[in-house]
Amino acid sequence: MSKQIILAAHFPGVNNTTVWSDPAAGSQIEFSSFVRLAQTAERGKFDFFFLAEGLRLREQRGLIHDLDVVGRPDTLTVLAGLAAVTTHLGLAGTLNATFHEPYELARQLATLDHLSGGRAAWNVVTSSGPFFGENFRRGGFLDHGDRYVRAGEFIDTARELWDSWSELTPSRDAGVFAGTGRFAHTSAQFDIAGRFGVPRSPQGHPVILQAGDSGAGRELAAAKADAIFSRHHEIEDGRAFYRDVKGRLARYGRDPDSLKIIPGVSFVLGDSEADAQEKAHHIRRQQVSPQTAILLLEQVWNRDLSGYDAEGPLPVIDPCEDEHTIIQGRAGQFADRLATAAEWRERAGSKNLSIRELIIEVTGRQSFIGTPARVAGQLNEYVQTEACDGFILVPHLTPGGLDDFVDSVVPLLQERGVFRTGYASPTLRGNLGLA
Amino acid sequence: MSESIAPLPLAVALEGLGWHPAAWRTSPVPPAAVFGAGHWVNLVREAEAGLLDFVTFDDTFGPPTDEPGQLNGRLEAVLVASRVAPVTRHIGLVPVATTTYTEPFHLSTALATLDYLSGGRAGWQVRVSARPGENRLLGRAPATALFDEAADAVEVVRRLWDSWEDDAVIRDVATGRYIDRDKLHYIDFAGEWFSVKGPSIVPRPPQGQPVITALAHAAPAYEFAARSADVVFVTPSDGDDAAAIVRANPGLKVFADLVVFLDDHAAAARERRERLDELHGEAWQSDALTFAGSPEQLADLLLSWREAGLDGFRLRPGALPYDLEAITRLLVPILQDRGVFRTAPPTGTLRERLALPVAVNRYQQQGVRR
Repeated sequence: MSKQIILAAHFPGVNNTTVWSDPAAGSQIEFSSFVRLAQTAERGKFDFFFLAEGLRLREQRGLIHDLDVVGRPDTLTVLAGLAAVTTHLGLAGTLNATFHEPYELARQLATLDHLSGGRAAWNVVTSSGPFFGENFRRGGFLDHGDRYVRAGEFIDTARELWDSWSELTPSRDAGVFAGTGRFAHTSAQFDIAGRFGVPRSPQGHPVILQAGDSGAGRELAAAKADAIFSRHHEIEDGRAFYRDVKGRLARYGRDPDSLKIIPGVSFVLGDSEADAQEKAHHIRRQQVSPQTAILLLEQVWNRDLSGYDAEGPLPVIDPCEDEHTIIQGRAGQFADRLATAAEWRERAGSKNLSIRELIIEVTGRQSFIGTPARVAGQLNEYVQTEACDGFILVPHLTPGGLDDFVDSVVPLLQERGVFRTGYASPTLRGNLGLA
Repeated sequence: MSESIAPLPLAVALEGLGWHPAAWRTSPVPPAAVFGAGHWVNLVREAEAGLLDFVTFDDTFGPPTDEPGQLNGRLEAVLVASRVAPVTRHIGLVPVATTTYTEPFHLSTALATLDYLSGGRAGWQVRVSARPGENRLLGRAPATALFDEAADAVEVVRRLWDSWEDDAVIRDVATGRYIDRDKLHYIDFAGEWFSVKGPSIVPRPPQGQPVITALAHAAPAYEFAARSADVVFVTPSDGDDAAAIVRANPGLKVFADLVVFLDDHAAAARERRERLDELHGEAWQSDALTFAGSPEQLADLLLSWREAGLDGFRLRPGALPYDLEAITRLLVPILQDRGVFRTAPPTGTLRERLALPVAVNRYQQQGVRR
């Protein structure tokens, strides 16, 4: 039997890949949008639905960023609501290990797991630096170098709490409700003790995802996670990443299948290859408005370029190399500004590209573009040749962005025998084939 | 029925398998079911079928009790309310959430989101964590000045709810702007226990300000309620006490809490209570007056207490689902017959139904714009 593909759906987020300007773009906040996307994913027999988390609105040049989607509802609250309108779909959320505490988050995740009958998943991320901390009690307390220390200890602590109850066997006649829930944990980041109030949940441990491709991130995933939410790679790089991550498991006594590699990917489907390419270009233009083009350019130049015309040539002035960056609240900034600027100038010059045209070319081309048959074939090739175990699809439109994929690509994957036609397990852990 | 009499505002407080600590031992619902969604959906649908105004979901930061003979675990209440919201339509959903060892930012966004999930039916019962050992769950020193800190937390939550003006999302394709950033506001709260910059990540919830409630028995909690809440739950011992409490809490909606054991025949209700006390090993005393009797007797009591100026009642079923069903199926028809309770589902937001004023956005009102 061929290897089975894992599929997940990411609710379109707060960066410029989410197209809000399209007439078909619906609310990013109303619960009905979340219901529609989650139910579409479940109709497509997806493994899970994924929500990111907001801790502070992004800023650029000291102002709240206003060009992309801004704002989103609370992650856990929406997932609990979605448990009411889905039956098998996993419910995954990013929850920051810096600005949550183990006792409270373990309680919330165990609650979500109970309320969903075993479908909860947690994507562990951390933040350092003061920006997000300004909304929280402890402020920006975490040193950059301690991010994975905290994430690792947080996961360990949460698992201790989830394991603190034995099986629930209350005796009404004897008047004995239940066992202990007692815990005591002391480590570099945490010193806590007491009783945990939530009995063991259906999955025991909610599924744990780790997002981050760095060496430390890979190591944390190999040591402790059930899945790694990685970036999309071209197929050869994907295989190298896969070999590297899976190769780290043995030293933790883990089987290669016990850690799933699931990159976030985008897609564009068309009736023909040409149609798909045309749609992809149209979407890229929607994603990169003239204002967004200038703003993305500012992230490399690290200076105010608001006076430039997006349809005109790149700035002659060089990037500002200050330590201070003009954008805050967003991951993935450019490392070498001068080199990037030189490369972009050369590319724009040789192809006679405007700022906007260049930005469309150099940022975020869709991962998979083509007819449903071609995209199904490519996805399957990635999985069968060990470039990944599945995909977290990131649609560009709320709430209809998954419809075409579920209607046209999923049946083709099912025909190939590489994707389920029905859920085999009531729990997410079971459907992912995790112990 | 006379339309001139406003319906009696009536709520139910949900807790485990009932408020009596031995109730779990005689409930037809198996004890483990309180950790599943179905139990809560069934209870809230029952309350909704009874046309009640709202339910509260009890919670504490630590476990409800450490007694091995009692139901000593529970789920987190905001998430339970969120799980119930999509499968109910009219009833208000008011979870307890604690302020002492939690983040005001997370509380604000979670409750705003519950308001979206429920279409404007969200409330919040604020609770402090006063029990010894709750600080150790977080590894912090024991908190002091619990109610002052809670008041700051509520202030932050309320400011964050207002930090987006209602029309902040503009989706203006011509200028490429999704929001009008002048309609978002930093809250810049700096207090003794925490500082929060804002704005919220969640746009202003449907009610603007979801309904904030608190339970109070004594001065510091009354003062907190007066400063921070819209509705206060109180525990009078009789009608005169109720009148005194109402006089002492001007400007607040005052709901009296009562633990209830209800049966067609008063003797049966008293016997059930006694049976549970026997299982418990002693006569259980609640913080609220415990009523055991017939629905007619309870209706009489509610209407006489209402004369004291109370705005409504929150009934705590002694045993679940038994006493909830007695409220919805026995008490409610009697109140309807007496012309003091609605006969169709309540409409509008929870704020509207409680006759709370429209929540004016403090930032819009003051014209504070960045």
